[in-house]
Amino acid sequence: MTGQDKKGSIRRFFLRGPWENAATAGIALGVFMLMQPFSMTLYSYSFIVILAATLGFVIVSHFPEGEDG
Amino acid sequence: MTARDRTSLAQKAARATPEPVARRIRGLSDRALAWLFISPTIILLLAINIFPLIWTIYLSFTNYHANRPNMNVRWIGLRNYQRILGSEDIWGYLQVTAHFVFWTMVLQLLLGFGLALLINRNFRGSSFWTTVILIPMMLSPAVVGTFWTYLYQPQTGIFSYIVNAFYDFGPLDMIGSVKLAPWAIVIVDTWMWTPYILLLSLAGLRSIPDYLYEAAEIDRANAWQKFWHITFPRVLPFLMLAVLFRGIENFKMFDMVAELTSGGPGSTTELVSITLKRAAFESWKTGYASAFAVILFVTVFGLGNIYVKALNRVKR
Repeated sequence: MTGQDKKGSIRRFFLRGPWENAATAGIALGVFMLMQPFSMTLYSYSFIVILAATLGFVIVSHFPEGEDG
Repeated sequence: MTARDRTSLAQKAARATPEPVARRIRGLSDRALAWLFISPTIILLLAINIFPLIWTIYLSFTNYHANRPNMNVRWIGLRNYQRILGSEDIWGYLQVTAHFVFWTMVLQLLLGFGLALLINRNFRGSSFWTTVILIPMMLSPAVVGTFWTYLYQPQTGIFSYIVNAFYDFGPLDMIGSVKLAPWAIVIVDTWMWTPYILLLSLAGLRSIPDYLYEAAEIDRANAWQKFWHITFPRVLPFLMLAVLFRGIENFKMFDMVAELTSGGPGSTTELVSITLKRAAFESWKTGYASAFAVILFVTVFGLGNIYVKALNRVKR
């Protein structure tokens, strides 16, 4: 594998779309954990999930977009 | 105004600028000028948005009490966060908020979208009825909260009277009853904000080109097929946007509920914003309230990111 191929595959791995979707799912999961009535443990860990997903979202929104936008 | 008038206006303004100021500006690059123009806004933003945010984050790690300014402020690390995230009471208030957000969203979506479908038919007087339906949205939430306390009065309020016209429940104490109070705030918010969903849905419906329906007619699609394959998918991004926006707003809801029930009876309608206000300005646990505010802020910020993403998708 040449250096350019390697750079290309790294670039493809860090495309915004899938990472942003993952961060969005993390935020939604965190909000569900915060407000669900089933488990106190889930509630206790909700903030850390929301915080990590939100920070992740801010970071991945600076990743390059794919060719299809 | 003609181009000549504009030129002469610019010349007049140039003449009115004192020579020392003009000389100083003439020596600046475009970039420096741009910074000069936006710096007042940046300074204002830093002073009223960023500084309080950073200060709140700092306070959330302390035992600060705003009513005891001479007290020694101690750094207590994550203890405030641990207390909040380990408190069953706070968990309960978040569930009250979840009940409020969930049911207001469901009812507003159904009613708002239904009304939008009706109004989109452009019947005679549809613009008049649109204006009438939009009125509640234009009122102040505090005013709405106050006058619904009168409408909800069990003996004299019109709400109980109307409900009893359909079925004899007897006097309904919407605000004083533990079972009914959570629904009382849902009803008022739905009454007030359904028009917002209606407006967004109407924007979505009016953006659907007629040729899609014409093509469906040619293919002999029935009304349900046209709705399911054309109308609904085209309006869905608008509905998602409306749900996210109203969801975030209702998560932060304070004024209307504070006026209507003040969180009572007991704590059956105590939304998280009311809890936050009580911790900050009744118990004066400023450090604790700051930690709570940071938790709510991060949640709203996260949801706001999703909202912006959905907004960009709708724009595209």
